[in-house]
Amino acid sequence: MTDDASPGPGSQPGPSPAEVRRVDVLVVGGGPSGLAAAVELRRAGASVAVVEREAALGGIPRHTAHTGYGLRDLHRVLSGPTYAARYASLAERAGVDLCVSTSAVEWSGEGDVVTTSPTGMARWAARAVLLATGCRERPRTARLVPGDRPEGVLTTGSLQQRTELFGLPVGERAVVVGAEHVSFSAVHTLRRHGVSVAAVVTDLPRSQTYAALRAATAARVPLHTASEVAAIRGKGRVRAVEVRHRPTGARETIPCDTVVFTGDWVPDHELARRRPLAFAGPHPRVDQALRTSRRGVFACGNLVHAAEPADVCALGGRHAARSVLGYLETGAWPEDGVDLLAAAPLAWVHPARLTSTSERPARGRLLTRVRQFTGAGTLTLVQAGRVLHAEGRRGLVPNRSIPLAAGALETVELDAGPVELVWRGAGPAKMAP
Amino acid sequence: MKASGAKERSYDVAVVGAGVVGAAIARELSRFDLRTVVLEAADDVGTGTTKANTAIRHTGFDAKPGSLEATLLRRAYPLLEDYAARVGIPVETTGALVVAWDAEQLGRLDALAARAKENGCGDVHPVTVDELYAAEPHLGPGALGGLAVPGEGIMCPFTTPLAFATEAVANGVRLELSSPVESVEHLGDEHVLVTPRGAIRARWVVNAAGLHSDTLDRMTGHDGFTVRPRRGQLIVFDKLARRLVSSILLPVPTPVSKGVLVAPTVFGNVLLGPTAEDLDDRSATETTHEGLSDLRAKGRVVLPELLEEEVTATYAGLRAATEHADYQIACDPAARYVRAGGIRSTGLSASMGIAAYVVDLLADAGLELAPAATHHEVHMPPIGESQLRPFRDPRAIAGDPAYGEIVCHCERVTRGELRDALAAPLPARSAEGLRRRTRAGLGRCQGFYCSATIAAMLAGTAADRGGPERTGSGGVPVTGARIR
Repeated sequence: MTDDASPGPGSQPGPSPAEVRRVDVLVVGGGPSGLAAAVELRRAGASVAVVEREAALGGIPRHTAHTGYGLRDLHRVLSGPTYAARYASLAERAGVDLCVSTSAVEWSGEGDVVTTSPTGMARWAARAVLLATGCRERPRTARLVPGDRPEGVLTTGSLQQRTELFGLPVGERAVVVGAEHVSFSAVHTLRRHGVSVAAVVTDLPRSQTYAALRAATAARVPLHTASEVAAIRGKGRVRAVEVRHRPTGARETIPCDTVVFTGDWVPDHELARRRPLAFAGPHPRVDQALRTSRRGVFACGNLVHAAEPADVCALGGRHAARSVLGYLETGAWPEDGVDLLAAAPLAWVHPARLTSTSERPARGRLLTRVRQFTGAGTLTLVQAGRVLHAEGRRGLVPNRSIPLAAGALETVELDAGPVELVWRGAGPAKMAP
Repeated sequence: MKASGAKERSYDVAVVGAGVVGAAIARELSRFDLRTVVLEAADDVGTGTTKANTAIRHTGFDAKPGSLEATLLRRAYPLLEDYAARVGIPVETTGALVVAWDAEQLGRLDALAARAKENGCGDVHPVTVDELYAAEPHLGPGALGGLAVPGEGIMCPFTTPLAFATEAVANGVRLELSSPVESVEHLGDEHVLVTPRGAIRARWVVNAAGLHSDTLDRMTGHDGFTVRPRRGQLIVFDKLARRLVSSILLPVPTPVSKGVLVAPTVFGNVLLGPTAEDLDDRSATETTHEGLSDLRAKGRVVLPELLEEEVTATYAGLRAATEHADYQIACDPAARYVRAGGIRSTGLSASMGIAAYVVDLLADAGLELAPAATHHEVHMPPIGESQLRPFRDPRAIAGDPAYGEIVCHCERVTRGELRDALAAPLPARSAEGLRRRTRAGLGRCQGFYCSATIAAMLAGTAADRGGPERTGSGGVPVTGARIR
C-alpha cells in the first residue's frame, strides 16, 4: 500500500489554527494501549497529551459489559467499563493532558498534528507521536454481502454501544455472523437484552472460541459452520438472512430482524495511510520497539495487531512508552534492520521488523494469526535457510491470538535478509470435535 | 395566488414525484404565482432512482444528437453550474476519459468525438496512450487510446433534490410525503388525485413519478410508454482509494449501455458501476453476488489497485428505462397534463433543463405564469470534499461548539450538522435520511463508532416531536439548509 498526499476527508483546508501546543509526546487514541503508554510516559517525567475522538476515554472496553479485563496488566479481573474507567483515572492522576471529543484531522507525518474539538482547532508540536488508534470490525459492506440495505445491520461495536451506553432497543431476533471470541460476546449482549439469537454463522469449519465460552453464552444456539450470509432481505428493516452452506450450496432462509457482523478486525489506520508509513499487511509496520518507518513516530495496540485483548494492548502501550522515552533521551532511530514475514497460512506476524537483536518485543513474544484451522505442526522462524527457533503446536485456530517466544530473535543476523515465520504441518488436519 | 395555508387542498399544479426531476419542476414552478403541491409516495425526497445512480454530471456528449435528452442535458449544464455554486451543491468538474481497451472500441472513438461535436461538446478531443497513463497512472495495463471529455463531472445526488425541494417549500410549494397517488379522477376542470392521506385537487398534473410514471400515465387516461426497470448495482470504495483516480474513467459506450465506469465521488470515495440488468420488479433494489462479482472483474481491468481497498458501500438503483431510447416528456393541453417520464439515466444532470422545458410546455398550453412577488433562495450545508466542512472551519466551531464535535469519524460529521439535519425545513426522519443529508454512517466503519450515538439523537428527536413526523411543512427558515 502506498501513501496518500491528500490531507484527508473534508480536504478543502480551512484557516490554520494559530495556537501551537507543545508536548514531548502526543498520543493519538485514548483506549487501553494509548492510556497505558501515556501513564508510563508521564510517570517518567515526559509531558504527554492524549487526543481521543470519542467523548469518553477507555476505548472499546467502555461498552463491553462482560468481565475478564485487567488480568495481565492490572492483576485483577474487571468488567470492561470498570477497566476503561480505571485507566482514565490512572491517566488523570498521572497528570496526562487528556483531550476527549478531539479528533486528529491532519498530520504532517511527523510531530505536527491538527485537531478539531468543540473548543476549537489546535495545532500540536510534539517531539514524538504515538499512534494508538485501535481497530474496528469489518462491516457488512466491506464483506460484500449482497441483498437489501435495511436497518438492523450492526457490528458488535455498534450493538454494544446501543445497549451499554445508550440503553437503546435492538430487535427481537438476531443472526450473528462470525464465531470468534467477540461473536459470543455479541451473543451474550443480545440475550442479556432479550434478543433471541436464531443462529451463529461462520464460514470456517467450526467455532473459534473456547468451548466453555461458547457453552456459557450460546447454549442451544444453532451454529452454522462452513456457511456464509448469501443475502440480507428486507426493505426498511431486516426480515431474514439467506445462509448458504458452502460445501453443498444448500440455502436456508433464517427469519430475523437484526444481523450482527462480528470480528474480522480492521486496524483503524487512516492517519498512517494518509502519511507515508510503511505497512506490513494491514498494519503499519513496527519494529520490536514499536517504531514505525518514520522517525519519532510509534504505534501500539490493536492498530498494529488487530485484535488482541485489552490487557495485551495495555502492556504494548507500556512497551511503547519505554521506547519513546529512549528516543526522547538519545534521539537514536535505527534505520537498518530485517523484515519479519508471515508465510501462508499465517496471516501476519507482530512485530514485522527487527532493528536490534538486544531489544525484545512487548511481553517477549511474537504474535501471529492463522487464516485456517490446522492440524499439529511447528511454528518455525527461518532466516536464509537457517532455523532460528521451532515450537510445536497441537493445531492452530484462526481468529485467535497465537503467541510465540521471541528469545530466538537474539540470533537473527541484521544483514542476512528477511526472517520468515513458517507453519510446518505434521500429518492430516485434526477433525472437528 | 399562493397557497393560503396548510389546509389548502386545491392547487393550480400537482407534481407527482419528488425525485430530482419532480423536485426541480417544483422549484421552477415556485418562482411563479401558483399554488403548487408535490405528492411523493416515499417519506422523503429523492429516495428512488435519484439516490442510487452514478452521481455523474453528464455533458450529454454521447447522447443521440437532436434527442430531447441531448437538448435538455445541454440546456441544464449552465443552469446547474450557476445554481450549484449559489446554493452550495457539491459539484466537481473532474473531466472524463473514455478509454478504449480493444481495437473495435478504438475504432469507434472517432465517431464518438464527431457525435460530441454535434452535441455542442467541442472540447472533446482524442488522447494518446501515453497521455492516458500520464493523466491516470494507476490505470490498468492494456489501454489503447481514448477521448478526453473535459466538461464531465461529479455531483451530489442527495443535496441536489433536497436543495430543489427546500427552495420550493420555502416559496410556498406544499410537499406531501408518504402520499402515493392511488387513482386520478376528474371533477369539473380539476384532477382529483387520491392518496391514502386524502384527495388533492389540481387543475394541472405533472407526472414525474419515475419508476411509476407509466402507471400514473395510464391513470390519467394516457398510454405513452411502459417502464422496464434497469437495475444498476454499484460499489463504493474507501476514501483511501481516492488517490488512485483523478477523472471519470468511462468505457466506450454501446448503443445499449454506457457501461461500467470508475469515478471519484464528491465525498472523496471511488465508485465502480453500474451493472445494467433489465427487470420486471420495480422494487428489486437489492445487490447480488453475481452483480458485485461482475463489477469487481470489470473494475480490476480499469483500476487494478482499487480492488485492494475496502468497500464502504454497495447499493443498487433502478433506472426508469422504457421501450423508447429518449426521454418521454410531452404535454396534453386538453387534459392539462404533462408527463416527464422515461428519464433513463441522466436525470440528475438534466433535471434543471427538464424543469425549464416542462414549464415551457405548461406555459404554451395555457398555464398563466406570473412571477411571484418574492423568491427565497436556499443555502445547503457543505458536505462535499471541495467545500469547507464545519470540522475544518475554526470560525464555525467558535460560533457553535457542536460543529467541533465529530460524531461520525469516518466522514467527519459533527453533532452540529446532525442536529441541523434533524431540524431542517425538510428534516431527516430516519437514519437513512440523516445519512443522505450528512453522510453520517456512510464511511468505512459503517456505524461501528457512531451509529449508536446517531440512533440516540434520532430517538431524542422523535420523542421531542411526539413520534416520527409524517407531513412536510411550509418554508420554516431554520438551520441546516438556510433560506435567505
